Amino acid sequence: MEDSFVSKNTDHGVTLRRICEILDGHFVCGEERADQIISNACGCDLMSDVLAFTRPGSVLLTGLTNSQVVRTAEMLDLKGVVFVRDKHPDEHTLQMAKSIHLVVILSPYPLYESCGRLYAAGIPGCLEQSCDERHSGIASF
Amino acid sequence: MNDTVASLHFKFEVNGGDFAKAGDASSRVKKILQQIGADQAIIRRVAIACYEAEMNVVIHARHGFVVLDADLEKIIIVVDDEGPGIEDIELAMTPGYSTAPDSVREMGFGAGMGLPNMKSCSNEMEIHSRRDVGTTIRMVFENA
Ligand SMILES: Nc1ncnc2c1ncn2[C@@H]1O[C@H](COP(=O)(O)OP(=O)(O)O)[C@@H](O)[C@H]1O
Ligand SMILES: [Mg+2]
Repeated sequence: MEDSFVSKNTDHGVTLRRICEILDGHFVCGEERADQIISNACGCDLMSDVLAFTRPGSVLLTGLTNSQVVRTAEMLDLKGVVFVRDKHPDEHTLQMAKSIHLVVILSPYPLYESCGRLYAAGIPGCLEQSCDERHSGIASF
Repeated sequence: MNDTVASLHFKFEVNGGDFAKAGDASSRVKKILQQIGADQAIIRRVAIACYEAEMNVVIHARHGFVVLDADLEKIIIVVDDEGPGIEDIELAMTPGYSTAPDSVREMGFGAGMGLPNMKSCSNEMEIHSRRDVGTTIRMVFENA
């Protein structure tokens, strides 16, 4: 079943709005920027690994909700962060996320299930070709 | 009109153990580089390396400074701290080596990937350290 209000995957990636739908999630902040397109994702609780391996413009899924997650997102120019298992960030972290215009989504599923849903929907990891590259046939590294 | 080479210098304080403010200096550095119109890819490399270095001061040291110097050719970040110092720099550079406590690991740091990533983000990195005195790390990022 499809109706015009359900956003679709595009050849170049999916919107954060679509990611939120796939995760049965909801927006904590930044919904006004939910139409940005994401072409890679990363699921990780180790911020140093995120800092080493995540591509710009990706979405990060994580089980941590402290302010370092938002700082990490800021340094990497990530467009969105998904906090899994409905873990709500504290007020300080939320204010920080708002100040850098980060889209924050809450997913009811644990990390593995949340990542699995996005992967099954065709969103590649950060060491794989992005949706854009797959579409245009450019090699990723 | 004016062909003097633009150069700038900023210094930010970092306090050991202050996890609420950890990353503030790197955030300021990033904003300054965006304001002067530095290339996006270099800003990203500087931001990542500067943030890892700042986190090391917060995690491992007592007090320190992040110093930014930039001109048209390159960006230099110096992170200087008073703290325990690094006894064996080669060992500390090994990916996965970490002496961070579990409390830090629970916050997503302490994976032992900071120093290796700082090295791979920068064009040059020098570490000077004295036990029980402190550590100075200088990183150079060249404009492509
Ligand atoms: N500024 C510093 N002062 C003292 N020790 C440091 C400092 N920076 C790094 N170290 C030492 O080097 C190790 C490796 O650092 P790093 O690669 O950043 O990993 P992590 O910070 O995750 O432990 C640290 O665990 C610590 O023992
Ligand atoms: Mg570190």
